[in-house]
Amino acid sequence: MDLSLAIFVQIIAAVLLIIALMVGNAVVMVYMERKVAGFIQRRPGPYEVGPWGTIQAICDSMKLLAKQLYRPGNVDLILYYLAPVLAFFPVLLLFLPIPFGPWLTALHINEGIVLILAFAGLGVLSNLLAGWASNNKFSLLGAARAVAQTVAYEIPMILALLAVVFLSGSMDLKRITEQQGQWPWEWNILLQPLAFFIYLVSLVGETNRAPFDLPEAESELTAGFHTEYSGMGFALFFLSEYANMLLVSFVAAVFFLGGYKGPIADGFWWLFIKAYAVMFFMVWIRWTFPRVRFDQLLNLNWKWLLPLGLLNLWATAIIMKIFL
Amino acid sequence: MTGCSLGFINPLSVLENPGTTAGDFYARNFEKKAQPGRVILNLGPQHPSTHGVLRVLCELDGEYVARCEPILGYLHRMHEKMGEVKTPWQFLPNLGRVDYLHPLAWNWAFVGAAEKLAGLTVPPRAEWLRIISCELNRISSHLLWWGAFVMDLGGFTPILYAFEEREKINDILQIITGSRLTMANFRFGGVCADGDARFFKLIQEFIPYLRERLKMYQGLVTDNVILRRRLEGVGPIDVDLCQRYGATGPILRAAGLPRDLRVDYPYGYYDQVELTIPTGPVNDSFGRYLVRLAEIETSLSIVERALKVIPDGPIIMEKAPKVSWKLPAGESYMAVEGARGQINVHLVSDGGKTPYRVKLRAPGFSNLSLFAEAAKGTLLADAIAILGSLDLVIPEIDR
Repeated sequence: MDLSLAIFVQIIAAVLLIIALMVGNAVVMVYMERKVAGFIQRRPGPYEVGPWGTIQAICDSMKLLAKQLYRPGNVDLILYYLAPVLAFFPVLLLFLPIPFGPWLTALHINEGIVLILAFAGLGVLSNLLAGWASNNKFSLLGAARAVAQTVAYEIPMILALLAVVFLSGSMDLKRITEQQGQWPWEWNILLQPLAFFIYLVSLVGETNRAPFDLPEAESELTAGFHTEYSGMGFALFFLSEYANMLLVSFVAAVFFLGGYKGPIADGFWWLFIKAYAVMFFMVWIRWTFPRVRFDQLLNLNWKWLLPLGLLNLWATAIIMKIFL
Repeated sequence: MTGCSLGFINPLSVLENPGTTAGDFYARNFEKKAQPGRVILNLGPQHPSTHGVLRVLCELDGEYVARCEPILGYLHRMHEKMGEVKTPWQFLPNLGRVDYLHPLAWNWAFVGAAEKLAGLTVPPRAEWLRIISCELNRISSHLLWWGAFVMDLGGFTPILYAFEEREKINDILQIITGSRLTMANFRFGGVCADGDARFFKLIQEFIPYLRERLKMYQGLVTDNVILRRRLEGVGPIDVDLCQRYGATGPILRAAGLPRDLRVDYPYGYYDQVELTIPTGPVNDSFGRYLVRLAEIETSLSIVERALKVIPDGPIIMEKAPKVSWKLPAGESYMAVEGARGQINVHLVSDGGKTPYRVKLRAPGFSNLSLFAEAAKGTLLADAIAILGSLDLVIPEIDR
């Protein structure tokens, strides 16, 4: 009883910290995204508000907080307000099993990755509800795209992660981290380069980021599933998008890049550096590539990533069986 | 609405009413012909990829466009009527506002028509200045199209690169036109300002610079695999379709017909420059993309040639028409190759203060008419790509 109470308190504290992390991450990412975009597009990016525009993101979030929540006519009231909340809350649970350091895990469980993948699937439900409840054809099309895309890209993502799980013999994120060494040549990325590549592509698809941002393709669907949301409704979608990005980057760091392990001293700083490097990559390709078409997106998934993932898994299994 | 069945009418229900009674005349009319189970989607007039205020009604079967219909008139400014109530001098600045991306071609069409009617002769230096400024303007128009087109496809960055070049062209043209967007420096019988040494120096620097940048675009955007997959084979438009709808310009040339007024019916001193008309290797969206990029190169070589041969001399004829000038009675017609196709001005005058009739033929109007046929049966994303590849400037279409 004492033990479960301790775990309960621990989880509550962790959730509070995770909310702080999510909001902090959104602020950092908005700034990073806009500055990197500015750098790529040969313009300064935000520079008016605060030194080098650093408090631009905070001002933006203040604006979103203060904005009127405009509700268009004939929306499905319950679902319309439920959808952004539903987008936000599963993300809180997703960070629980992430090992931030040797002693820094909110909830140490054996099947951490199962928890993450199970709740990550909930995110698309909120997109679907938002699209359906908005009573807008653009939103509906965006929602339909979101479902097809996210469901499709989850499969190669799982296959890529499964290859690493085979290698480590565990679904425990901490054990997977512990089995990798401090130095880059001891990380799983060298053992599973194909899996890392598949994961990297499907992570962009999974988080609906450009060039795979079909659900919110603005030149076709204005803003896709969140067309009709303003103020905090939009902000919650925005927040959960960045939180999802952070999560998949954390998973990439844990599974392929050695997690919190790194040269000189292990610790959460290494995990953050690696995760933000992955996020930088996502920002970079967003501002570089045009958007793919929807059928091409699904073709890439079903015809290339899925067979490659299966092949990789199969090869991993055979090699494991023979040599280890 | 349920409100009606309960015995009272909610006044708000008129505003919020969904379903069949919603929408305006066009939407209701369009909806009548729709097949059951299909979605009517209204793109525009405020939509990110309709470049201003074009409105397209689409009937969607899943994500496929079963039928679509462009609706015009949201930016109608009565330019033709203004031509009838203003003297030619007063009407001149209007031309730059018809198509703000290639204003000098419109200037030329109107001024040329008036010069034909009155039998004015333009001094050689003015003719060459017209060619230089018009071609630079064409380059800037194509550059903006290029950036906006890639933005339609979801690539945000190229438009800012294109604007960098466009800024340089604007800086150059500002010297002789005095403005950066709606230029109006053509006068009846010449141009209004001569290029100084800085003007020619900037152009000399700009030509090799842009050639270098075009190579970069080739690697950065044209050879991008995603872009190619998005454009190749999308929206083929053949010569027959073009001719049925009267489409001209890069669309017709991409379809394979080397029709260019600068060569076929040369005006100004275009008969003194050798021109290679780029025609498309393929007639799809990618072909139109390639033709426009090739036309930038063609325009650069025209400017290069013009810089070599431009003579000294006056920039406007002696006894050029003054503000109170009256057009002689009669009618005249001038056709000019604009960035988007054939620009025609048909001028009828009865000898009064103002012209009797000014007919402006906008190439975009005919080019847009193709869209309904070209987009039929394509995916929504492809329809947007086709719309972008037609290079539409809505103010020009609505006039």
